[in-house]
Amino acid sequence: MNTSPIIIIGSGMAAYTLAREFRKLDADTALSIITADAGDAYSKPMLSTAYTQGKSAAQLVNMPADKMREQLKAAILTHTRVMAIDVAAKQIQLADETLAYSKLVLALGADTVKPKLEGDAADAVYSVNDLEDYACFRAAAEGKQRVTIFGGGLIGCEFANDLVNAGYSVDIVHPHPYPLERLVPEAAGMAIKNSLAQLGVRWHSGFATAVNHVAGELVVTLNDGATINTDVALSAIGLRSRIQLANVAGINTQHGIVVDRQLHTNAPDVYALGDCAEVEGHVLPYVLPLMAQARALAATLAGTATAVAYPAMPVVVKTPACPTAVATANQPDGGTWQVNCTEEGVCALYQDAEGKLLGFALTGKETAQRQTLAKLLPPILG
Amino acid sequence: MKTWQCVVCGFIYDEAAGLPEEGIAPGTPWAAIPEDWACPDCGVAKADFDMIEV
Repeated sequence: MNTSPIIIIGSGMAAYTLAREFRKLDADTALSIITADAGDAYSKPMLSTAYTQGKSAAQLVNMPADKMREQLKAAILTHTRVMAIDVAAKQIQLADETLAYSKLVLALGADTVKPKLEGDAADAVYSVNDLEDYACFRAAAEGKQRVTIFGGGLIGCEFANDLVNAGYSVDIVHPHPYPLERLVPEAAGMAIKNSLAQLGVRWHSGFATAVNHVAGELVVTLNDGATINTDVALSAIGLRSRIQLANVAGINTQHGIVVDRQLHTNAPDVYALGDCAEVEGHVLPYVLPLMAQARALAATLAGTATAVAYPAMPVVVKTPACPTAVATANQPDGGTWQVNCTEEGVCALYQDAEGKLLGFALTGKETAQRQTLAKLLPPILG
Repeated sequence: MKTWQCVVCGFIYDEAAGLPEEGIAPGTPWAAIPEDWACPDCGVAKADFDMIEV
């Protein structure tokens, strides 16, 4: 009889939600969680609204690691890195010991994309990917006035709004004429851009090429030679699934760790979920897909093989200056945007040639329709 | 009437407004929402995370 535990690598929302769902179905099977972080449970989406909520990094902890051990009846190894996976021997290699697993779950998350920068302050650019990063950023911004954000994507816009609400003077550098261009049509992107500008956010077209220390402040140089004087620089130019650990172990990877609908990799008893997983071509680093994955995988691990299904899953952009909800089309090339703008906001519907709804982008009061419209959308994975 | 916030995504449930599009009438107190209800924005179940009063 195999008495090795189920091992989950990671302690982010995907890992902990899976562990919690699994414990609802199986109270006894040994469970171990290995994490490079502190193991405290927190909600990553809340990092981008913490100032507005009046919360420090420490106050974002929903449950400390000790409580998680108790609640999940799990061994949780914190500040511990997994160096390698031996899929044939069903073992993982830590710095100083080897652990056997019965089943292994990769909930590794994603890395922030690092900008290529010149200058003597290139290393002083922050990025926020977890609670510890966030605490460092908050400490750096404490007592300062100006923050420059690289990237006008979802996280860049959310942080800009949150920082303005906290009294910071914010610059955003973004290469496209409007933000969130991969998710929304121009009218909705401009609504977000203009709403943030009205709060005082200054938009700069282009990308940063250098950051230097000059006389006690930072000077950011853009690709067109323009400069921005600032106190703190924050990069939010994108995420990339963590695939290297899997890749060197012989597990198939593309954009993410390739899994089937049961979240199974090509290696026996090795699964992946969350921001590191690519499910039938979809890497969806949002909360709703992660919840769907965690529930399906919990059932599979508890003995009932269960495929994940994705309904249409609208994403809410947490920019109070311009509330926004987006549902990306399943087949982005197959349709056209029908855009209606009113005083209330933008209602952009993405439709195929027959007028069938494939996606939407809503701003302002139009976001109230998001649940109703989502019911009309085709599922992402039916 | 109270206001509640999802600890995972920040979704606000306002008891006075309810969620008519989900069949929850205005004035429905948080305690009266079924245990199998899930946050419309992030999908966490009421029983798992609960909301905090704001």
